[in-house]
Amino acid sequence: MGVMKRLTNIVQAKANKVLDKAEDPRETLDLSYEKQIEQLQQVKRGLADVATAKKRIELQAQQLQQAANKLQNQARQALAQNREDLATEALTRRSGIASQLEGLKTQHDQLAQQQERLEATTQQLQARVEAFRTQKETLKASYTAAQAQTRIGEAVSGISESMSDTGMAMQRAQDKIAQMQARAGAVDELLASGTLTDLSGTSDPIQAQLDKTASSGQVELQLAQMKSELNPPAAAPSGELGAGTAGAAASDEPVDGEIVPDLPVAATAASGAPAAPKDPFTLDDANAS
Amino acid sequence: MIVRILGEGQFELQDHEVAALEALDQQLVTALDAGDEPTFKDLLNRLLQSVRSEGTPVPTDRFVPSDLTLPDEHASLSEVRELLASEDAGES
Repeated sequence: MGVMKRLTNIVQAKANKVLDKAEDPRETLDLSYEKQIEQLQQVKRGLADVATAKKRIELQAQQLQQAANKLQNQARQALAQNREDLATEALTRRSGIASQLEGLKTQHDQLAQQQERLEATTQQLQARVEAFRTQKETLKASYTAAQAQTRIGEAVSGISESMSDTGMAMQRAQDKIAQMQARAGAVDELLASGTLTDLSGTSDPIQAQLDKTASSGQVELQLAQMKSELNPPAAAPSGELGAGTAGAAASDEPVDGEIVPDLPVAATAASGAPAAPKDPFTLDDANAS
Repeated sequence: MIVRILGEGQFELQDHEVAALEALDQQLVTALDAGDEPTFKDLLNRLLQSVRSEGTPVPTDRFVPSDLTLPDEHASLSEVRELLASEDAGES
């Protein structure tokens, strides 16, 4: 048997389950009308579900986008601090986000497609329910005629087949939503775990290291500034810290016998500490961007 | 004859037009069995296009059962297989 015939049998078998035919065909007409109204409401709810699911994906994409931007800024910062290892790590995570976003886009497209189709289904169903409402009264009125019985039988078969088709379309939409929700749950977990980057700002190893490097860099810079204040500029070795690498700066220890005042150093160290008030990440982001 | 495209609606076709569809349908069975997705897609699209171009849409206020049914244009080979399997499994 061909695919077309087999599919017809399947749809009609489903249709027979949708509608238990009553003994009195007139009752069957009323029953099919009620079922159609029910189905119309279901389709409308289904449409709302698809829209909600789509929104959720859009929101997640935004969050991922933010995380990606942040990682890019962090990579820039890391490079500026000569931490290529951190920059690589940040960019690697960023490319992980890119593939997540790609996956979300596919889901989004599929949901948009489902939404479009369900909208068309709703419109069609609405028109058919309306047409059926007027027709069933005519059919009921002429029920006694043998011809009318055949027509009722045909109309009911036709309508239950349509309903079966609509039911299958809704099932497909629900399957897509379920798939999407499973994936969205996984993305939420990923975002929550901070594996990508933790936007709440409590556990971000890349940022923590950047902050550390930045603050120690600041301390060194300020130390150097103080040294140059204590010594006349002419006495300072030329090109001391300017273009040097972090490593070179670190090896530039305070000269023996130099007095390094305690208090200012402590004060500056505190200002550059990772545990700055508010959100340490957005602060650094703002500087970087 | 009445042909339904799932998720789209019904069309009325002349018998000789249906004969051409059935030839394509047989090829569709072969592609399905072989798991040949590209051929399956191509045949499905040709079937759908013939139904749409040669058939007349059944008006909204006419309620009739279909003689033949086609999957929707987005259906994949595995989705159609699954559908057909629901018949084999006896669940409907």
